Amino acid sequence: MNTVLVIATLAVLATMALALLRALVGPTVYDRIVAVNVFGTKTVLVVALITYITGHADLIDVALVYALINFIAIVTVLKLVKMGNLAEAGRRDITDG
Amino acid sequence: MAELLDVLSGILLLAGGAFAIIGGIGLVRFPDFYTRLHAGGITDTLTALLIVGGLVLQSGFSLLTVKLLLILLFLLFTTPTATHALARAAMADGLEPEGDADRAAERRDGAESSNT
Amino acid sequence: MRYAASLTTILVLLWLGISGVYKPLILGLGVASIALVVWISRRMDVVGVEHNPALYSWRLPLYWGWLLWQIIVANLQVAACALQPSRLRPSVVRVPVPHKTAVGKVTYANSVTLTPGTVTLLLNPGEMTVHALHPASREDLESGAMAQRILWLEAGRSDSGADA
Repeated sequence: MNTVLVIATLAVLATMALALLRALVGPTVYDRIVAVNVFGTKTVLVVALITYITGHADLIDVALVYALINFIAIVTVLKLVKMGNLAEAGRRDITDG
Repeated sequence: MAELLDVLSGILLLAGGAFAIIGGIGLVRFPDFYTRLHAGGITDTLTALLIVGGLVLQSGFSLLTVKLLLILLFLLFTTPTATHALARAAMADGLEPEGDADRAAERRDGAESSNT
Repeated sequence: MRYAASLTTILVLLWLGISGVYKPLILGLGVASIALVVWISRRMDVVGVEHNPALYSWRLPLYWGWLLWQIIVANLQVAACALQPSRLRPSVVRVPVPHKTAVGKVTYANSVTLTPGTVTLLLNPGEMTVHALHPASREDLESGAMAQRILWLEAGRSDSGADA
């Protein structure tokens, strides 16, 4: 069973490498953010898989928190890119409508 | 019974890994930003579903399962929101989607003829 | 008050599910933090329609099951595209949004984005702009099957329209 878990982990890590490639190539800043978003959600899955490989059940909490932080990070980076300033309220925020 | 669950969970995990790589390939190969959003989408939904499903089958009814399902729930609720925020920000920034079917066909034909 | 009660219930279940340590001290800390969160949420005025218990009808699990199936089918199509990019036919379509409540609209837009092959670009009153990866996903969307399901979901609420 452990072999299967390791194979799945390696597959997800390979995806993360492909996402990093896209983040490096770009070309627009939004391509990079998509890549970082994929990288973040895959990190959650890798941590969950490592929980099962090592048998340390506590690690799953790391994955849980990472799932939440990743979303906030993406929205924050988007806001920073759009407004150039995190404190600004903005006339047309990305969350309106 | 336990062996059957192990086999099923192994299949789900391997399928999840395969779809993750396909999504990654799509992310690298797709031609523009908006199509890459879709490629990211496969890895976010089906991969997460399959891998979490496979892991849940291994742990059965336990607190670990509850946490895994919570992770899946968070991912399924937050990724469309993040994707939509990205698409909207890109639209507002003037990035034009390649929506023209004719242009897509032209580009495809061009790519094919350059390959041969 | 009713919204605060359902928020509290969700937080209690979340705490019990995540904590796993049921000792008086930890449970006491849980009660304190839940009380703090509910108090702050009320002060911030963010306890709203999303915490309406009427949203959770028996139709929701059925809808999720159907959506899950749609996601799997759509994923296979997008995976085929990723392996053979020449199949790509991206297009931008406008589809009507017939739902009255804010929750219905958001559910529709998010479901469309969650289904691979379609991403919601803009959500305007009465319609939304969607980017579709290939004709099959576009036809699925234009058939309006998903919109109908969400209308059915909306109809299951005991006080629909209270938060339009």
